[in-house]
Amino acid sequence: MKYIDEFRDGEVAQSIARAIKAEADPGSTYHIMEFCGGHTHAISRYGLEDLLPANVRMIHGPGCPVCVLPVGRIDAAIWLAKQPGVTLVTYGDMLRVPGSKRLSLLKAKAEGADVRMVYSTMDAIKLASANPDRQVVFFAIGFETTTPPTAVAIKQAQALGLRNFSVFCNHVLTPSAITQILDSPEVRELGTVRLDAFIGPAHVSTVIGSRPYEYFAEEYQRPVVIAGFEPLDVMQAVRMLVRQINDGRFEVENEFARAVTRDGNEKAKSLVADMFELRRVFEWRGLGLVPYSALRLKEPYAAWDAERRWDVPQDSPPDNKACECGAILRGVKKPTDCKLFGTVCTPENPMGSCMVSAEGACAAHWTYGRFRDLEKSDA
Amino acid sequence: MCLALPALVTELLPDDNARVELGGVAKTVSLALVSDVKPGDYVIVHVGYALSVIDPEEAARTLELFREMGELAEDVPA
Ligand code: SF4
Repeated sequence: MKYIDEFRDGEVAQSIARAIKAEADPGSTYHIMEFCGGHTHAISRYGLEDLLPANVRMIHGPGCPVCVLPVGRIDAAIWLAKQPGVTLVTYGDMLRVPGSKRLSLLKAKAEGADVRMVYSTMDAIKLASANPDRQVVFFAIGFETTTPPTAVAIKQAQALGLRNFSVFCNHVLTPSAITQILDSPEVRELGTVRLDAFIGPAHVSTVIGSRPYEYFAEEYQRPVVIAGFEPLDVMQAVRMLVRQINDGRFEVENEFARAVTRDGNEKAKSLVADMFELRRVFEWRGLGLVPYSALRLKEPYAAWDAERRWDVPQDSPPDNKACECGAILRGVKKPTDCKLFGTVCTPENPMGSCMVSAEGACAAHWTYGRFRDLEKSDA
Repeated sequence: MCLALPALVTELLPDDNARVELGGVAKTVSLALVSDVKPGDYVIVHVGYALSVIDPEEAARTLELFREMGELAEDVPA
């Protein structure tokens, strides 16, 4: 497939790996956080960590929207699904995320709630048009890539005069999450987590561009490379970051010039700016309360806001105690540090959010990484 | 759920939609978030929406860069 296969060439990956090895100073270690779960997935799937020299370490970040949604918001979605006349629709992964009391949307569905999976917000609109007697609530989650599709759906609902459609908005922002990590005590004071550089997600930047990272590259003196999700993209980004670290530079570089510009997608950005405003604070799993890190609908779109239509509970129950997702999302722990990993907790029966979606660190490691662990211990 | 892939636009459809093809599978996606897309373009599709159009020249340049680097790496003793 064009634009996919040529970015997966194993020989080229090996040669980039050799270049990284040649350039990385054997006397220092390089700690690179891949913010996005899409990169975590690619790194596990293609075994990229095995290609990198031992002193170049990848740290998984919190860029998996399914993973970072706190228990309270899952509970709230389950609560909404149980309201009379409501059909709750959402992206597939959300159905299996455990809420508190081991409930999930999937279990709520088994108990009779009308919960459905959609591939696209267009399907949610179709469902609302076809079922005027139901209140269709779209449980919207995701970073900057999924927000514009939610906005398009609301515009359509407005154009069609759909009064039985609303959005339970949980859209979150990438740059504020990275800032929160850099401000965390583990990074700032304790020094238990070292983060020298970041790989920024290409798809988020197709929308927001590379510009939003300029502030914190400068402010926190950390280099950023925006990279695509194919293995060669990730390898190249690592090499560019090793170079920046060696040179003492902290710039925003763009490896994904094939679809990312400095300013991003103006059409999508203006649609989002027109419809959404910042929440003063929003809770993230693992990161806690992060200021100005999430969006809600502006007043003129209140009619489509599920949180204004229903008195949605705003509780924040704690995570399952044994689950280490919170620490994993902060880069403090690895999936294998969790006692439940692969025993009690598997993708078929996830105990925490990181085991649900393919981009979750635990799911990615379960699917691709555990065999490598075995090979290593055999060797 | 965040995985997004480049797909070939094969046909423009009414209501700002397009037919795309991805590894032999045809799909309908929305073009509401992009402008000036034509058949033959590759778009990055995410949750049913094209988010951006791939610039073939930039893609070629990136691949060229990978290759050059490979050649450079061949010169250094491993
Ligand atoms: S293995 Fe399961 S319980 Fe453990 S941290 Fe990962 S998701 Fe949580």
